[in-house]
Amino acid sequence: MKLKGTVNDPRMQRRYRAEKRFRLYAMSAVLLALAFLIVFFADIISQGYSAFYRTEVQATINYNDRVEMGDYRAAVSDEIRTVVSRGMLRNLPREVRDNPDLKGTSETSWMPVKGEIDQYRKGHVDSLDEELLASVQRLDEAGRLGFAPNWAFFTNGDSKLPELAGIGAAVVGSVYLLGITLIVAFPIGVMTAIYLEEFASDNWLTQTIEVNINNLAAVPSIIFGLLGLAVFINFFGVPRSSALAGGLTIGLMTLPIIIISTRAALRAVPDPVRMGAFAMGCTRWQVVRDHVLPVSLPGILTGTIIGLAQAMGETAPLILVGLIAYIQAPPTDITSAATVLPAQVFTWAGMPQTAFAEKASAGIIVLLTVLLSMNAAAVFMRRRLERRW
Amino acid sequence: MTIKGESGMYRGDAAEYAGNVALGNHQASDETVETNPAAEAAQASKLRVQDLSLWYGDTQALFDVNLDIPEREVTALIGPSGCGKSSFLRCINRMNDLVPNVTIRGDISLDAESIYDPSVDVVQLRSHVGMVFQKPNPFPKSVYENIAYAPRLHGLVSSRAELDDLVEKSLKRAGLWREVSDRLDAPGTALSGGQQQRLCIARAIAVDPDVILMDEPASALDPLATATIEELIDELKAHYTIVIVTHNLQQAARVSGYTAFFHMGYVIEYNDTTTLFTTPYEQKTEDYITGRYG
Ligand SMILES: Nc1ncnc2c1ncn2[C@@H]1O[C@H](COP(=O)(O)OP(=O)(O)OP(=O)(O)O)[C@@H](O)[C@H]1O
Ligand SMILES: [Mg+2]
Repeated sequence: MKLKGTVNDPRMQRRYRAEKRFRLYAMSAVLLALAFLIVFFADIISQGYSAFYRTEVQATINYNDRVEMGDYRAAVSDEIRTVVSRGMLRNLPREVRDNPDLKGTSETSWMPVKGEIDQYRKGHVDSLDEELLASVQRLDEAGRLGFAPNWAFFTNGDSKLPELAGIGAAVVGSVYLLGITLIVAFPIGVMTAIYLEEFASDNWLTQTIEVNINNLAAVPSIIFGLLGLAVFINFFGVPRSSALAGGLTIGLMTLPIIIISTRAALRAVPDPVRMGAFAMGCTRWQVVRDHVLPVSLPGILTGTIIGLAQAMGETAPLILVGLIAYIQAPPTDITSAATVLPAQVFTWAGMPQTAFAEKASAGIIVLLTVLLSMNAAAVFMRRRLERRW
Repeated sequence: MTIKGESGMYRGDAAEYAGNVALGNHQASDETVETNPAAEAAQASKLRVQDLSLWYGDTQALFDVNLDIPEREVTALIGPSGCGKSSFLRCINRMNDLVPNVTIRGDISLDAESIYDPSVDVVQLRSHVGMVFQKPNPFPKSVYENIAYAPRLHGLVSSRAELDDLVEKSLKRAGLWREVSDRLDAPGTALSGGQQQRLCIARAIAVDPDVILMDEPASALDPLATATIEELIDELKAHYTIVIVTHNLQQAARVSGYTAFFHMGYVIEYNDTTTLFTTPYEQKTEDYITGRYG
């Protein structure tokens, strides 16, 4: 046998070289993709992280008579008034009226400053009105300006004042919307898949349905938006801009994804298991309930989570059904006006102020974090549940 | 339907009975020789197959099969690949109902009751006729649940203690108890192939069926596991009527009392195993068992 000499054989060497070359190509593709990803994340994070803290000024608020009359500007000194966010003072008159004990007292606390000052101190803009700049420098030297975590970003709704704008209302809107999407798409999708996979006989009708479900999954999402507008809002009279309208629309869009992934999960259950169950005297439904579903559940749930993650990031169809509205307070129910996280990001991205660009990036960071956790949950669940058999 | 509890009334001696059946079963060549066992003997058979034909779409897979399968005996079905053994077996528990486009003519009766009668409940039938498949197919559940599932399904037990007893009894009867008693919670699929197959047998006998159908139950197993299964079959025939398909002629000779030779959808010969293997009546049978073809 000639086992050893072949290593130097030109043909063998060509094979080895081809192999090496192919591995190199594949590896560079992976590296390139990774590089894109890293650049993308680094960019978003570097632009957005500063929205998670804000500049605050130490201000003394006097709850005097003029404030009660409605002149909230009288509550702070002239200097503070030029730097503090207008939005923080506007509520003072009502506060005094609601709480007469406050009258005549004064209180010192840290309050957010105007957006442009915040941006200047973060180094995002390099010019500031001269008078304002003087005030800022004075206060800074006196130690009355400082950075603090911006929790309000997570709790506030949208605002015309960038320093007060937050994703709170949009997050609640997204949760409502996903809830409705889940309620609409999960049962219908799973039931449809079970019927098609386990009950329906293979004829032209089911084949047509199957082809069309696959087509449906490939339909651009904006078409679903048009459909939602025409059917749910114009025909059924679902309130425009509501989480219900959005949830139904997105539910329709998620349906084919859930159907397809559920069918794949059902198909992965080996047929002999079904045959064994039938031979034990199971009805078809018992076979599905007791033997097929328990095994395919991880796959079904994974597909559902991935469908929901996609629904969570969807924007275009929601703009059509009006979920892009200016929403200051979280929706109280599924029919009141709402917006969702990606739509909020979209709105901010279109604003001229740099402060809103920062908010948009921060919104994207939150969105990506949620999406990545959802996908991680899907992977975790699959591992966890699948290992049992 | 409640398939009658009273067992068949077969009283005659086995050889005489089998002789009758065998004589009546050359219709593939002798055209229309009526099955002519005495009325008494007919009653004795657990399963009576009459003029059974089966089509998959337009292709006929079984031709006028007539067989009387005796109670508490092992009946082997042998024959070359594709001759319709599995198709025939699936007729006995009506698994063919699940195959689209199947047409079945003729009849099979279990304890003199037709199983193709429109009033028959297939679920009930299958609780009387268990099946063991070629490849072990335990449910993706624990060993315990594999056995407990069907008794619970058919409402055969009323308490957890009763169920525990039944699981233990079935596993013991399948010769598996010693090996798995300490891992009843382990997944059934974690057992070895031979153990899985015995688990499937235990699962089948847990509902106390009348008949157990086995389609090449040992073909996926090594010789040792095969021997275990064969011993098990030998013990089980004291309680159950067993119909087994096998490609292993020695196995058929070892475990069965009666053997039917299938060829291209016809039953060529049916006789007691010793006779069929030593002095076959038909040339085709002889060719097959001497390995000249098939
Ligand atoms: N579901 C089916 N649809 C169509 N034809 C089938 C089907 N099952 C079996 N057949 C055909 O029926 C004939 C008998 O098949 P069957 O499986 O009963 O043979 P067998 O004797 O069990 O063979 P083997 O020993 O290989 O298992 C074969 O020609 C086969 O192709
Ligand atoms: Mg077969």
